[in-house]
Amino acid sequence: MTRKKAEPVDDTAPARVPVAKTYKLYVGGAFPRSESGRTYQVTTDDGTFAANAAQGSRKDGRDAVVAARKAHGGWASATAYNRGQVIYRIAEMMEGRRDQFIELVRTGEGVAEDRAASSVDAAIDRVVHYAGWTDKIVAVFGGMNPVAGPYFCITSPEPTGVVAAVAPQDDSLLGLVSVILPIITSGNTAVVVASHARPLPAIALAEVLATSDLPGGVVNLLTGDAAEIMPHLASHGDVNALDLTGCDEELGTSLAQAASGTVKRVYRPRAGQDFADAPGTGRLRAFLEQKTVWHPTGAVSLSGGSAY
Amino acid sequence: MTHLDWEYAPAPESAAIGRIKERYSMFVGGKFVDGRGEDLKTVNPATEEPLAVVSTASTADVDTAVSVARKAYDDVWSRMPGAERGKYLYRIARGIAERARELAVVETLDNGKPIKESRDGDIPTASAHFFYHAGWADKLEHAGYGPAPHPLGVAGQVIPWNFPLLMAAWKIAPALAAGNTVVIKPAETTPLSILVLAEIIADADLPPGVVNILPGAGDVGSALVNHPGVDKVAFTGSTAVGRAIQASLAGTRKKLTLELGGKAANIVFDDAPIDQAVEGIVNGIFFNQGHVCCAGSRLLVQESVADEVLAKLRARVSTLRLGDPMDKNTDIGAINSREQLDRITALANVGDEEGAERWTSPCPVPERGFFFPPTVFSGVSQSMRISREEIFGPVLSVLTFRTPDEAIAKANNTPYGLSAGIWTEKGSRILGMASALRAGVVWSNTFNRFDPTAAFGGYKESGFGREGGRAGLGAYLQEEN
Amino acid sequence: MTTLQGSSASRTGALGATALPAAALPPDLVDAIRDEQSLRRFLAGLPGVDPVGLEQRSAGLATRSIKKASKLAAIDLAISMVDLTTLEGSDTPGKVRSLAAKARRPDPDVPGTPSVAAVCVYPDMVSCAAEVLRGSSIGIASVATAFPSGRSALPIKLADTRLAIESGATEVDMVIDRGAFLAGNYGKVFDEIVAIKQACGTTRLKVILETGELGTYDNVRRASWLGLLAGGDFIKTSTGKISPAATLPVTHVMLQAVRDWYDRTGERRAVKPAGGIRNTKDAIKYLVAVREVAGDEWLDPFLFRFGASSLLNDLLMQRRAQTQGHYSGPSYVTVD
Repeated sequence: MTRKKAEPVDDTAPARVPVAKTYKLYVGGAFPRSESGRTYQVTTDDGTFAANAAQGSRKDGRDAVVAARKAHGGWASATAYNRGQVIYRIAEMMEGRRDQFIELVRTGEGVAEDRAASSVDAAIDRVVHYAGWTDKIVAVFGGMNPVAGPYFCITSPEPTGVVAAVAPQDDSLLGLVSVILPIITSGNTAVVVASHARPLPAIALAEVLATSDLPGGVVNLLTGDAAEIMPHLASHGDVNALDLTGCDEELGTSLAQAASGTVKRVYRPRAGQDFADAPGTGRLRAFLEQKTVWHPTGAVSLSGGSAY
Repeated sequence: MTHLDWEYAPAPESAAIGRIKERYSMFVGGKFVDGRGEDLKTVNPATEEPLAVVSTASTADVDTAVSVARKAYDDVWSRMPGAERGKYLYRIARGIAERARELAVVETLDNGKPIKESRDGDIPTASAHFFYHAGWADKLEHAGYGPAPHPLGVAGQVIPWNFPLLMAAWKIAPALAAGNTVVIKPAETTPLSILVLAEIIADADLPPGVVNILPGAGDVGSALVNHPGVDKVAFTGSTAVGRAIQASLAGTRKKLTLELGGKAANIVFDDAPIDQAVEGIVNGIFFNQGHVCCAGSRLLVQESVADEVLAKLRARVSTLRLGDPMDKNTDIGAINSREQLDRITALANVGDEEGAERWTSPCPVPERGFFFPPTVFSGVSQSMRISREEIFGPVLSVLTFRTPDEAIAKANNTPYGLSAGIWTEKGSRILGMASALRAGVVWSNTFNRFDPTAAFGGYKESGFGREGGRAGLGAYLQEEN
Repeated sequence: MTTLQGSSASRTGALGATALPAAALPPDLVDAIRDEQSLRRFLAGLPGVDPVGLEQRSAGLATRSIKKASKLAAIDLAISMVDLTTLEGSDTPGKVRSLAAKARRPDPDVPGTPSVAAVCVYPDMVSCAAEVLRGSSIGIASVATAFPSGRSALPIKLADTRLAIESGATEVDMVIDRGAFLAGNYGKVFDEIVAIKQACGTTRLKVILETGELGTYDNVRRASWLGLLAGGDFIKTSTGKISPAATLPVTHVMLQAVRDWYDRTGERRAVKPAGGIRNTKDAIKYLVAVREVAGDEWLDPFLFRFGASSLLNDLLMQRRAQTQGHYSGPSYVTVD
């Protein structure tokens, strides 16, 4: 990749040298370098150097799974109200960085300012949307089962566990948020590989998450090449599900194949989804397990119970 | 005074009620037709005598069946108002009920399960599944899958031999209610009851091609699930085969649900209703000869009551009557096949080799037929194969624990996650345990209860997707984003 | 006699009159009856009963199909287990005499029909029954202790018991003080049973729990153990005056209790369901439960009885159907 030089505006005045940014990964609430030590150059849509991003490795993926697993118990057992508040707080903080996100989306995706703004607004609104889902999921997807016998029987959704996801390659913020939020809303934790070419909104989001109330490890954001990181997560015994939204056909298929070794849940939507569309419940449901619990109700008195 | 030596006289159900025919054919496009596969002989596992000859499908027959199902989907079934679809399902539910006694006999002869179980369990529950799902057909918009849920198309379904008719009902009823058409393959060793169901379906005037039944072995199943004309695959069976299906479908966008193996922990605390817990343990592992994916095959008993529970368990198991499945007093019937009997025998032998203590019910074992006496291994540890591998037979492994945390850790320490049992009279502990156990079905102070309204399915390597209830419909409807 | 309710200074065992010497009891059971607190702790510590699981198991056993020779054997066994009962305010010497005659020869037309185990009457009718049954092996059971409510003072209950025994009763059917039991006053219930047992001497004592008033299966189990610990030779479900009387699940709990008692002490105690068992089909379901819950050894009139009146005639009709190959009718069996 060639570094396109920024045009000097004024030959006489000494130009301020911008501080070149080298970003790190976001794992377990911290910002480690890739254990491989590698970085790659990220450019804007027109090829201008934007930043160096960490090139996550297999081991980074593994560390992220450890962090996600560690965070899962607490996040899954947090009250739905609490999860809702934490997620809403993310939206508040994104709102505070709205201009930065618009700039990153505009330059990264090469879209006009208003398009970038509406995409960022939609992303923030999407977070608000999911903040409101946390305490509805059980009521909407679960329920009492009127079984034909003296039993109290209830089916209730639970989070699947640790979900490894590939964020959309093109829609760098709204798509990313649309993948992450339905995973974590129900109490799953996520290891997410950001868009390879457009990771900067993800990196900014990581900075938001790190300073929000979201417990470390609930969302782990890796930059780098999904084709390098994901195969190890697809076969990883402590990953429960895959979201292959941002994979190309070939990678998606090979990951889905690898997932079969441990019977992982695989969410693989058809390509070309417009994330600006109102979200349905498919993504939420994809990472839920339905647990059915039975208990006898029994007769409260001897005369009521038996017909013998 | 001396007590009376009172034995129950044999009380066999009449085999004639089953009206078993010499030969059965595939059911494709509403007609019974001979397949181009090699005929198979189905055997009564209790006597090892042949029951009937069944024509099987070839790969070409799979093509035909899928295209017939596609046509039925496109031309008729997907266009029919839900209320009308529902009425067909009601007819089938009634048809099963009307021929319940015959079906029970067919099931017992072909599968080896006790007649009291096929009579009181399999057949009525199969009918109930059609009845339940019939009611959904015109109410799908209320099922929580969006305002206009859409069927998937042709469902390719492969079912096991442990509950042949019931599994057929679990698969066919929701598929049809949601508006899909079906090509289904029964297990090689138990093809008969579903072919009687085919007669019921034909008598119900279900439009031709909506349900197609292809007897055959694994190759037919493989051809079916991999057929490009199939939009949805539902499989119940072993985890090994489930994995292979998931792998082979990876490149497709077929919707897949898997209901696979299990190694359920049945956890008995010291404050349990002990006598009912013993019943639950017995029911958990010896129901249907232990050929149950959700069988409570690992008993986790609190150490402080382990001796008492084990003594009561052995006494209770000694009263189980093993033998002729057609006898109404038989509690434990025949193992479904020689192959399965060999597998159970081999795994039980591994238990001996690993140093577990084997106890076998003193019940007499018939000389002919495939039988395995109820067996309880005590002194089992988590590392032994008999506590990790699914035996799929009447073999219980007994482990102990000291605290609830240890019980949870041991119960969840398996790649499976289908079911679990909890026995305690302490309500808060039940709820705490139920939420900590990674299993799709948790029975507390009961075991092996099933109902069409209640979702059933696994966590982890026990599969994904649910059958039954509102959650089960999701397997047969298109996903929203 | 030392009692559980005696002063705290005298909390030694109260088992002097029970069937099993205290010394033969396992230590934990000796411990259980050391004082009222111990008894309460023991009874509260018994495993709970899950009603649904219990009723399911009972219903499962009730589906046993008993045919042919085993049915005939069951009918004969059931006949031999009947405590042929009349417990009415309207009982007269004539009624009791004819009942006793029926007990001796239940089906005069069919030789080989077994006789019943006992007749069961009020204390003042015992002498009347004894006259007819003299020389037979048929027992004379008498209810006592202010049957059926048990609402009287202990001296009166003891007098009631002595009247029965002195009149010729070979078995005494006492009622427990359900009020005391439900008030948690287990020591009073225990002491009364012990006192009556002592008054009985060698006469076998049936302890009626009146399960229909106990409310829960947990209570049935506790009352069963209370009756066993206090020395009852039988535990009996009901007086027949309260609905529900005997049910299969209740009897199942009691059979389990005597089985557990046997497993802990090596001694077999008896069970008697009474009331509500009206036909052969029902009786056979009970026998199946006896066999599969308590064990084969309990298939013996010494260890299991039916308290019934109309049951006998149905057993006789069914017996005729089995031996004669066609159904009998009520006109062919005697009404007594």
